[in-house]
Amino acid sequence: MGFSFDYLFQGFSIALTWQNLFWAAVGCFIGTLVGVLPGIGPVSGIAILLPLTTVLPATSAIIMMASIYYGAMYGGSTTAIVVNIPGEASSVPTAMEGYELAKQGRAGPALAIAAIASFVAGTLSVIALTFFAPTLAKFAVVFGPPEYFALMFMGLSLVISLSGRALLKGIISMALGLTAGLIGQDPLTGAERLTFGSVTLTVGVDFIAIIVGLFAISEVMINVEQRLSSISKMEVKSWMPTWTDIKQCTGATLRASTVGFLLGLLPGCAPSVTSFVAYDVEKRFSKHPELFSHGAMDGLAATEASNNATSTAGFVPLFSFGLPTAPSMAVLLGGLMMYGLQPGPMLFVQNPDFVWAVIASMYIGNVMLLVLNLPLIGLWVRIVRIPFYILGPLIVFCALVGTYSVRFQTFDIWIMLLFGVIGYFMRKLGFPIAPMVLASVLAQMLETSLGQSLLISWGSPWIFFTRPISLVFMVLAFLSIGRGVWAQIKAKAPEVVTDDAEY
Amino acid sequence: MKKIAIGFIVLCAVVSLVLVTSATAADKFPSKRITYKICFNPGGESDITARFQEAALKKALGVDVSITYQVGGGGALCWAELTRTKPDGYTIAGHNLPHTVVQPMEMGSAGYKTLDLKQIYMFESTPDVLFVRKDSPYKTLKDFVEAAKKQPAGVFTCGGSASSSANDLGTSMLNKAAGIKLTYIPFGGTGSAIPALLGGHVTALMSYSTMAVQQKEQFRALAIATEKRMEILPDLPTFREQGYDVVEGAYRGVAAPPGTPDEIVKILADAFDKVMKDPEVKKKMDQNAFKTEFMGPEASLALVKKKMVEYEQIMKELGRIKK
Repeated sequence: MGFSFDYLFQGFSIALTWQNLFWAAVGCFIGTLVGVLPGIGPVSGIAILLPLTTVLPATSAIIMMASIYYGAMYGGSTTAIVVNIPGEASSVPTAMEGYELAKQGRAGPALAIAAIASFVAGTLSVIALTFFAPTLAKFAVVFGPPEYFALMFMGLSLVISLSGRALLKGIISMALGLTAGLIGQDPLTGAERLTFGSVTLTVGVDFIAIIVGLFAISEVMINVEQRLSSISKMEVKSWMPTWTDIKQCTGATLRASTVGFLLGLLPGCAPSVTSFVAYDVEKRFSKHPELFSHGAMDGLAATEASNNATSTAGFVPLFSFGLPTAPSMAVLLGGLMMYGLQPGPMLFVQNPDFVWAVIASMYIGNVMLLVLNLPLIGLWVRIVRIPFYILGPLIVFCALVGTYSVRFQTFDIWIMLLFGVIGYFMRKLGFPIAPMVLASVLAQMLETSLGQSLLISWGSPWIFFTRPISLVFMVLAFLSIGRGVWAQIKAKAPEVVTDDAEY
Repeated sequence: MKKIAIGFIVLCAVVSLVLVTSATAADKFPSKRITYKICFNPGGESDITARFQEAALKKALGVDVSITYQVGGGGALCWAELTRTKPDGYTIAGHNLPHTVVQPMEMGSAGYKTLDLKQIYMFESTPDVLFVRKDSPYKTLKDFVEAAKKQPAGVFTCGGSASSSANDLGTSMLNKAAGIKLTYIPFGGTGSAIPALLGGHVTALMSYSTMAVQQKEQFRALAIATEKRMEILPDLPTFREQGYDVVEGAYRGVAAPPGTPDEIVKILADAFDKVMKDPEVKKKMDQNAFKTEFMGPEASLALVKKKMVEYEQIMKELGRIKK
């Protein structure tokens, strides 16, 4: 499964045929729409199109499905920035920064930076995929349950930096998120928790419903209360980012691409997880961490770069081992199997034309997405100036349809509305929302890996400290917790409701 | 996409309206689109099988078949919903053993009873296969069992997909038959169990026959839990050949809501029979090491009843349900 330029050129010659270009373009377009619409995630987007595989040749079909998957990461930022509805869980930090920027009349540059960061990260990741796939694939399996737990635990320690000065409130918010994540069946034993005998609740609460409720619905409620006339009254001057923006974001994009790509190699590390990690890493590197949550362009760039890098990285374990790292990848795997293509090391040997054509198409797809997304910015930015009495109901409508279309369950709509009300009160009372979202995203993996690790170690927690990789994450987590607590004590900051706590 | 999605929802609404109003007009079955529900995520074994069948099924039935997903509770949500669906044959769902037998036993409120599901056809099984890594010192099942006996009970770990699944039950059966004690580590699905063995985080893996093809470069299969060897895996000995009575695997088929008329069930069963005997479908199933089965309504029901007795026994022995 070695690399050779011959293969890559061969791949380009297949990917550049007019029909493969056409299907890549179709995939990019659908992917963007799937990303823009909250609720319709890449999984359902690809699944809806699976029947097409009976008509299309294998290469074209997989090119199209792959481009839907990475294309969705481009589109996910749009509604997050413009109307504060993250289209995917991975765009939550984008909403935190981007919507603030939109309110300041900078929706245009924010969208442009999102598209450019996505493009850079996407392309860098394809390059890494091209040259190092076999080597990188080994990294995917060094993580066992204890390593996953340590990683998730470190992820959870981000609550401290996401909470700003309202640390106690942040922890309460996190606890609420973890509790919401507990609802339903125990992922290991199938035991029911907090279901109160309801069959619907055994499935658990879908986190798209939680996120859309917490962000979009509570936002609309707050805006109605404040009699907002439009999200931003400022004249949209230009959608071009300034030089300062670009300089600020270059480092952020590169760092986040690396973080997103490496974590994306691990099965189970979905873009929703890595984008939070990259966002936090950036906050630590940033020269102006105080700007975070108030419209930090570099925070936004980091998030968008990392979720694109993660989605591309997922192809490494998929092609090399036949391991799907995310649900959308499982659908793709199904697609491969329908064509009788067996993912694994032999795929590179037996079907080099196919593999390299798909990889080559990713270079092309990323260019297409950039070209597709930049001109649309002019259209999207006008949304923020739509009078709120029109936009508000539209947001609620999109939120309802989006939430319903995830699993086609009316129940999810009630959950979304409930979390809308919860979100409204949390904001009113100065509870940060991000820790709750983070906790509900991490909860299941955290719990599963903890249970598995303790089964392996016969109940001894030392398993997390005797294995080198998990030890490193545990130490980082404790350092981060210690630093946060120390900062609280030193600052003796009264836990007042500040703007820090808005999210 | 937005328009399509909204259009789709409107279409669904219209279709369901039509469904309600034209209840009495079902003299000739099938006369309209059939919904084939998959109770697990797209990309899983159930979904892949349905996609293999899709084209041939449309041809056999002469109407459109739409595959939809309703995921949750290890399938329980979808099956509970099926028991509340109008029994007109226009909604059917994929179902799995041991899931539909074990869930109502274990969960107080699975929302359905095993025999509520009206069996149409059982079309495939994926037998359990015990794997170790290619570089493992255990070349045969005998090596493995002997090594496990030398260790204190429970040191050897065995991963698998979910708890109370065919993998879990197969591991228990091996423990009993060989007099060893493997600690079973459940994973969220086959997909997340594979890297655990690849990375050496578990000693062995109890997985399905499909993995013997998919992961043949990296895994060494030690034994298969069937009565006789599978055609596509001629070199893989059974547990029984090696002296351990372990026959276990997951079965997949389709079921209709309770009370669906027998004539309609027969039409559907005949269609599935035709589909499964279609050379194109059979070839794809074989290639991926799905074991094809051809059980009509009576044979499926008999299998389910047999499994109900078997699993109840095992579950009692394991202490998972009260004796």
